[in-house]
Amino acid sequence: MDADLITQILFAAIKTGTPLLFIALGEVICEKSGILNLGQEGMMLMGAVVGFLAAYTTGSMGLGVLAAMIMGSLMSLIFAVLVLQLGANQVATGLALTIFGTGLSAFVGSGVVGQTIQGFAPIEIPLLSEIPYLSEILFKHDILVYLSFAITIALYFVVNKTRVGLTLKAVGENPNAANAIGIKVLQVRYLAIMFGGAMAGISGAYMSLVYTPMWVENMTAGRGWIALALVVFASWRIGRIMLGAYLFGLASIMHLVLQGLGWSISPNLLAMLPYVATVIVMVIISADHFKEKLLAPRSLGKPFDPRNMA
Amino acid sequence: MKLKSLLLSLGLLAGATAVQAEDPLKVGFVYVGPVGDLGWSYEHDLGRIGLEKHFGDKVETTYVENVPEGADAERVITQLAKAGNDLIFTTSFGFMNPTVKVAKRFPKVTFEHATGYKRSRNVGTYVLRTYEGRYVSGVAAGMMTKTNTIGYIASFPIPEVIRDIDTVYMAAKKVNPDVKIKIVWVNSWYDPGKETDAANALMDQGVDILIQHTDSPAPQIAAEKRGMRSIGQASNMSKFAPEAHMFSVRDNWTPYYVNVAEEVMNNTWKPSDYWGGFKEDMLTIESINPNLPADVKAKIKETYAAIKSGELKPFTGPIKDNKGNIVVPEGHSLTDEELAQVNWYVEGITDEIPR
Repeated sequence: MDADLITQILFAAIKTGTPLLFIALGEVICEKSGILNLGQEGMMLMGAVVGFLAAYTTGSMGLGVLAAMIMGSLMSLIFAVLVLQLGANQVATGLALTIFGTGLSAFVGSGVVGQTIQGFAPIEIPLLSEIPYLSEILFKHDILVYLSFAITIALYFVVNKTRVGLTLKAVGENPNAANAIGIKVLQVRYLAIMFGGAMAGISGAYMSLVYTPMWVENMTAGRGWIALALVVFASWRIGRIMLGAYLFGLASIMHLVLQGLGWSISPNLLAMLPYVATVIVMVIISADHFKEKLLAPRSLGKPFDPRNMA
Repeated sequence: MKLKSLLLSLGLLAGATAVQAEDPLKVGFVYVGPVGDLGWSYEHDLGRIGLEKHFGDKVETTYVENVPEGADAERVITQLAKAGNDLIFTTSFGFMNPTVKVAKRFPKVTFEHATGYKRSRNVGTYVLRTYEGRYVSGVAAGMMTKTNTIGYIASFPIPEVIRDIDTVYMAAKKVNPDVKIKIVWVNSWYDPGKETDAANALMDQGVDILIQHTDSPAPQIAAEKRGMRSIGQASNMSKFAPEAHMFSVRDNWTPYYVNVAEEVMNNTWKPSDYWGGFKEDMLTIESINPNLPADVKAKIKETYAAIKSGELKPFTGPIKDNKGNIVVPEGHSLTDEELAQVNWYVEGITDEIPR
């Protein structure tokens, strides 16, 4: 393996990891507010199809991304109303959202199956793209990859350094206490859920506008589920989510690269690599049980009803 | 009273026969993918539409798309049989066992299964000589590659796919003795994301021409983006890669579907294992890109014509496998039964077949 191939592999790992990064960032914010949304795959598919439809009909990639984000947050709004307002079970509602999104996206997109668009072109960042090797890996991507960098940094700052982040964490850790000091718990959770939806939407748009610029049924192929594992894998930390997404991207790329290099390993075995990587990291992380418990938002998955408060 | 009932039953009988004579042949199709996949299922659906166009009111067709291979397939096929279809085409390898199983319960219905090998009194099989298209692809790729490395995106290690890899390599080597082939298995017939990754992984490793045995146009798009070359599979994929696309090997099922429907209408149908290729126009070369060099274009047409006329048979001995055994003796051309069992790579392919 020469240096060029390695930079190309790392470049591809970032590209493959980007949709995972988007959707996992959305989910982690949602989970930090104490809500577990298993509807990721459904929201992502709706984002992919609506983003493609918008870009295909208007010819504007930007509108495509915007439409996907709006669609994703509308899908998550359904979830939010059911879970927050009507007290529906989060797990069951999330699963229902995935099934609903899978079916609806196939229906909505049936007219544009097999159509293609140009997709986002890569942008080289001036100056930064002069750095040897690093530029080949980091600074010759499309605009959405740069957006994912920016969102990661912004979220890291917001969650860890601001009052908004504190409020979010308070709601996720102890909604009753947060409520007692005057935080509007449901409002925070609504916003967190809808942010998660918007990120799932953009993640879907990345698949249908950049990765493979076309729409086909079920094209996200389980990436929404991987995102859920990623959040646990990253133990609810923004920085680790980025790392995990790229690691996962790398593992799925290596499976294909190694074959091309003539490694005579069963491709079925190689296809497992990303999953094996997840399991290994999860084992390492959860070895420290106490630490693990500290990191998960304490009220995750539990309903909160302000009317029950005295 | 008696006369009346006699007349009545006569009338009913006449009515019944009249209805029977006008009754269209009901034909059902089961597809593994969406008809909009622009590959395998899409072409089968064009075959179905071709059948309707040919017979007009004399046939009535229905299809079920996106049918998973397994228990669901059995349910769908049963439903089609119950709904009164006289002839049912099941169009994916994984539908083989469900088809044979359902066929036992509906002896009056005729079943045709694409790419399978299990037949019975009312189940026939049919397959395309995809290797003929691959031979043309190999010749063109061998002539066009500048890096002397062809990339092959493969689906599953079944004889059809292995046979086609062999064909591409043998053909490419004829015109370019230094050529190498890199094979990546994606374990799917249709996964645009994975096909894109595989295409990029191959191009990262010095491949400049992509040949695919998967059904989505994703590798075409990937090749176009990077200024490489590609060859379309199953359907005409030229519009996805105006520059990169060299030509497409298209499946054309209409002639076969028309023949089978006619045989069923005339009660002459018998179960058989039908192989169709260039000669039957069930496989065609489409949209040869004008941007190819003249000698390559000429060679593509020449090779196509030689295979179509029967003058060139790709699997003619002597052929050695990559372990040095003679697998096709000198002067012998593999029969269809032997072709169906190819499970070796030809000499020169350095990879191992995944098991």
